[in-house]
Amino acid sequence: MSFKSTFCAATALSLVTASGAFADAHSATITIATVNNGDMIRMQGYTDNFTAETGIAVEWVTLEENVLRQRVTTDITTKGGAFDIMTIGMYETPIWGANGWLVPLDDLSAEYDVDDILPAMAGGLSHEGTLYAAPFYGESSMIMYRTDLMEAAGLEMPDAPTWEFVAEAAAAMTDRDNDINGICLRGKAGWGEGGAFITAMSNSFGARWFDMDWNAQFDTEQWANTLNFYKGMMDASGPSGYATNGFNENLSLFNQGKCGMWIDATVAASFVTGDDSTVADSVGFALAPDTGLGKRSNWLWAWALAIPAGTQQQAEAKQFIEWATSTDYIELVAANEGWANVPPGARTSLYENPNYIDVPFAQMTLDSILSADPNDSTVDPSPYVGIQFAAIPEFAGIATEVSQEFSAAYAGQQSIEEALEKAQAITNEAMEAAGYR
Amino acid sequence: MARAVTTQRKIITTAAAWTIGLLIFFPIYWTILTSFKTEAQAINDPPLFFAFDWTLENYAVVQERSDYMKFLWNSVIIAGGSTILGILVAIPAAWSMAFVPSKRTKDILLWMLSTKMLPAVGVLYPISLIFVEFNLLDTRGGLMVVLMLINLPIIVWMLYTYFKEIPGEILEAARMDGATLKEELLYVLTPMAIPGIASTVLLNFILAWNEAFWTLNLTAANAAPLTAFIASYSSPEGLFFAKLSAASTMAIAPILILGWFSQKQLVRGLTFGAVK
Repeated sequence: MSFKSTFCAATALSLVTASGAFADAHSATITIATVNNGDMIRMQGYTDNFTAETGIAVEWVTLEENVLRQRVTTDITTKGGAFDIMTIGMYETPIWGANGWLVPLDDLSAEYDVDDILPAMAGGLSHEGTLYAAPFYGESSMIMYRTDLMEAAGLEMPDAPTWEFVAEAAAAMTDRDNDINGICLRGKAGWGEGGAFITAMSNSFGARWFDMDWNAQFDTEQWANTLNFYKGMMDASGPSGYATNGFNENLSLFNQGKCGMWIDATVAASFVTGDDSTVADSVGFALAPDTGLGKRSNWLWAWALAIPAGTQQQAEAKQFIEWATSTDYIELVAANEGWANVPPGARTSLYENPNYIDVPFAQMTLDSILSADPNDSTVDPSPYVGIQFAAIPEFAGIATEVSQEFSAAYAGQQSIEEALEKAQAITNEAMEAAGYR
Repeated sequence: MARAVTTQRKIITTAAAWTIGLLIFFPIYWTILTSFKTEAQAINDPPLFFAFDWTLENYAVVQERSDYMKFLWNSVIIAGGSTILGILVAIPAAWSMAFVPSKRTKDILLWMLSTKMLPAVGVLYPISLIFVEFNLLDTRGGLMVVLMLINLPIIVWMLYTYFKEIPGEILEAARMDGATLKEELLYVLTPMAIPGIASTVLLNFILAWNEAFWTLNLTAANAAPLTAFIASYSSPEGLFFAKLSAASTMAIAPILILGWFSQKQLVRGLTFGAVK
């Protein structure tokens, strides 16, 4: 083939592919953006049931959590209309609802029984009393601990322990020679990783992010106590390199039998008692610890389904949300995969079901969720909604920077005092720029 | 006079080359190896190198969950299309800069390169709004244009460098023989620069294939390429490393094979003009 022919063929191919490519058309199917986790992937597997029932086809776009956040935020702010349903969390829902970016879910059918949604979840996914996203599953955080190591240490875990007990138990369970760390906690930078953990923990020490005038509170004794306690306990009983550990790293350590205790999302309970865990038979659960000030250190989160205001297929999207977050769906999963695999933490009726309450971690998950109140998360009054976050648009950016300073302190790159000073400056500067102060 | 190469020097150079090569290849090797483990074996400490029960289960799960061929086809179309479009624009541009330079040519070249210094996220909103306005979101054509524009500075620079190595007298001779501009470009310049063009095409194809910012942010269900396929297996809450590795292996396999078979051409093109 001559060069001229090759060149012409290449040009033609380019034009053909381009013209065909520009002709991509959105079909009548609904498109759902979601995260990659066990419950969401399971739901994708049952999509055919929904299509068979309603005739509505479903396209899934599954992305990693942070990528998904960026993608759906861009789509909703530019009115891109790429998605008919978005999987969003408790942080985004009230903010986006207030901005008018989401379709209110105030006309769900009677059979759906909206009053069955756990009040804490419904509250966190509403703005001014209007529900903007339906919870697919909800979670809090709790202690997962090794019953065998606790017994060997001669201790007994109370149902509602204090931080003092946790630190004492962690020290007793630590066995460096056998690579056992008394406690594993998140230290990784990121507002949804170590930032979420330390914020929830700080609530139990009487700290808060802002006072009622939106002034940062990192210069208070409560924050210093929180960080000093965390670092002291982790240096003594935590794994090496804990400053870079997040959910997955700790899950890996716990499943390999290298953690005595792990305080993290309740959803992890099914992982540490599942087939991939080497310690599945010796795991106990307890409420996240407190310091006796009236607030525990557990958080509240839900992955929920919401409809962006720009969608052309609102009715179909609502139909899907009713199906996916219904009690019928829970029963469908239970019938096929057992009660331990149903999406937890969304509906009251699930915890009244005798089949489910037999699942080892069910009651503790419910107790943890019920003990978390996003509208009253701090000992002293605060102007924001949210437990491990403050539901304002600026929070994610600020908290990411602040958690980077904290992680640097955990790693010994700076002192706790320096980290808190920087956190105070970062936060006040950002809040001033945003017009809060 | 050629410098004598001692045996000791040969051994050191060879050892260094192999060490660097193996270090570069190790992450790919580890990804491929992990894809044949169970999720529990994937996180085992100490890491398992060979002594584990090899399984194809992850590939089966990935195949069942995702339409791999759809993602692959999108990758081929987007990477291929953007490369062809890029070459069509870059050849005349590089020709004019190499053989008919103006006093601003150097500035233009530097300005083109400076666009690569802007973080992609800096123009996320303008590009997204343009895509929404022109109904290009989640279309392969839209992505082809964006990726072509992103890689264009590199293509033009590479071609410019290759073209500069070709003596202008040859083109002048062609002109004296009555060749038109089109004929000069098609029959004289391009055939002489084939090694350079080939390596530019390959490099651009690889860059477009691996691009993971725009391909994630401007697609949904229809035009998503293999980068989106990999992203769908990444999770901060759940240990799915083995499945992620299987998806990654499936995504990089085509480009790895292409690179393997064309490495001679690639190296020849990249070193074209390096030694005078």
